Amino acid sequence: MKEPGAVSLEVENLTVSIPLAEGTLRAVRGISFRVTQGETLCIVGESGCGKSLTSLALMGLLPAKAVRGADRLALHGRDLTTLTERQMSDLRGDSMAMIFQEPMTSLNPAYTIGNQLEEALRRHRPVSRGEARDRAIYLLEKVGITAAASRLQQYPHQLSGGLRQRVMIAMALMCGPDLLICDEPTTALDVTIQAQILHLLRDLQREFDMAVILITHDLGVVARMADRVAVMYAGQIVETGTAAEVFAAPTHPYTQGLLQCIPIPGRTPRGEHLGSIPGVVPSLIGEIAGCAFANRCPHAMPACRSAPPVRDLGPGRMVRCVLEPEGAAARQAELA
Amino acid sequence: MTVPTIATDDLTCVFQVRQGVFKPKRPLKAVNGVSIAVNKGEVLGLVGESGCGKSTLAKMLLGLQKPSSGEIRIDGEPLTGLDRRAVARRVQPIFQDPYSSLNPRKSISSIISLPLRVHGVGGPADWERKVKEMMDLCGLPHRAYDGYPNQLSGGQRQRVAIARALVMRPEVVICDEPTSALDVSVQSQILNLLLDLQKELGLTYILISHNLAVVQHIATRVAVMYLGRIIEETDSETLFRAPRHPYTRALLDSVLTPEPGLGVPDAQLGTAFPNPIDPPPGCTFHPRCPHAMPVCRELAPRPLTVGGSMVECHLHDPDHNGQGHNGAVHGGQGDIAAQ
Repeated sequence: MKEPGAVSLEVENLTVSIPLAEGTLRAVRGISFRVTQGETLCIVGESGCGKSLTSLALMGLLPAKAVRGADRLALHGRDLTTLTERQMSDLRGDSMAMIFQEPMTSLNPAYTIGNQLEEALRRHRPVSRGEARDRAIYLLEKVGITAAASRLQQYPHQLSGGLRQRVMIAMALMCGPDLLICDEPTTALDVTIQAQILHLLRDLQREFDMAVILITHDLGVVARMADRVAVMYAGQIVETGTAAEVFAAPTHPYTQGLLQCIPIPGRTPRGEHLGSIPGVVPSLIGEIAGCAFANRCPHAMPACRSAPPVRDLGPGRMVRCVLEPEGAAARQAELA
Repeated sequence: MTVPTIATDDLTCVFQVRQGVFKPKRPLKAVNGVSIAVNKGEVLGLVGESGCGKSTLAKMLLGLQKPSSGEIRIDGEPLTGLDRRAVARRVQPIFQDPYSSLNPRKSISSIISLPLRVHGVGGPADWERKVKEMMDLCGLPHRAYDGYPNQLSGGQRQRVAIARALVMRPEVVICDEPTSALDVSVQSQILNLLLDLQKELGLTYILISHNLAVVQHIATRVAVMYLGRIIEETDSETLFRAPRHPYTRALLDSVLTPEPGLGVPDAQLGTAFPNPIDPPPGCTFHPRCPHAMPVCRELAPRPLTVGGSMVECHLHDPDHNGQGHNGAVHGGQGDIAAQ
């Protein structure tokens, strides 16, 4: 099933809607992407853009009220939309696994690390406790935890934040998943620990040949980790491309704006004004007429009132904007 | 010589903590002999990993935590001689999370005017004028005057927190992770605002942040903390160009700049942040230091002045490095961008 370059996950026109008293909150508005084996896709966007709900929708972990829709949602060709909750639960933690932002809240404080790691394997495989324990020790060593065997008896509160996130990663890898979804895996950690955890994720991805979807708001993490990037805004993907393409030649005005907002050591003059994106994200309740970014866009024009075209700029490169992509470099120079 | 706006002298804060119900209390030195001096108009960046004592130091500077020993001076006056209100008049905080630092039951005008009312400055008419002035300065629309925090976005809430901190026109503002809870596009607006206000009002900032790119952008001086001590302090330009302490070097190496193709750096720091109750003997950084020497395990390094920087490391101590030289670690390719 796992050959390099094979499509791991295919998503077409995924939507997530949440019915509220004021109307339907359309948090994810029809996004499509695919991830191949051994590849890292970074989904980047600001809070409320729908990136976390996208990951929960893929895992079938949406809150009860939320409604998922998709034309196609397939893991290695297997349709996920028609699976029952029971079948989905067999898949979760087995061939697809997830790592969350806050390792303290995703580990159970009442059980030992060993107990939780072993359960992850024994839920899906007919193995003995001894075998599960061996696998747990093997993976704890893989994620760089020393004295792994003695750690198995420890409880989550006895570990530091970095160690807990390592345990989470080990737990996600217990069944050797094909697809690993990481939702802001290093946001709660110190910079030094962040670099170590990301390093580890990269190494493990190569070793186990996993497809990784990394969800983050940190453009530094995206640049260093991603093979491909999808920029999300107001529930839609507005630009995709390889990390090199998106950072060297951002084409959507939102991507351009984001890159102007962060100080880049050595490039941004000290104490000078940074770029900013004025205005706020539109309400996601009901339909958005035309381009969702138009109210904050420096290039907005009357044509933006109707839905912007999705421009195909080559394999895996897309931008959702009325502007001609040719002028993008000039527009970015204008922003700076 | 000019008197620094805010200075500390051998400041120490010890907490007595119990690690188990029946275990005796043991001392934890959260801040261990910190001496800093910040002149008017400077921005001191304070960086370090969580648990290094940055926030305890900030609390002591705000007068919210009593030091165990040592002294804080504002314009040369010892803080211990001033009452709580006199301190608050001169030093004000901006906190990380504008969702928890504003009272949701109070209107924006009442939040911003609270310091004026507490200190009994002027009457209601003055309050309204001063609050509106502050709202203009901080880029808040006047229609928010009677509004409540829940009607505002995260960025606007942080502007309210800034307006509240500045309404008494303090000399020193302690910014504890002022943009960490905000989105990228909002973060840049708040940083721009902090820079503008500093120029306009001649403020002195102490900026606590784990985001080194932000510190490099805003700070004029930087102090690096490790286990309660400042292990390196110098002007921002020098620190980022030629870090002298191996820990500073490792911190800078861990920064992820948005440049694709460079991969994830490996700072070689090991995993263990030491337990502050049981700090390692000698130099507290030695278990994680790639350059550790035998002397580091036994003797705590003394503060040294090397080319205008303060650094606490045996590598720079001619008595211990065996070479008598004062070179920067790794020949000084310190600029994060030059990795």
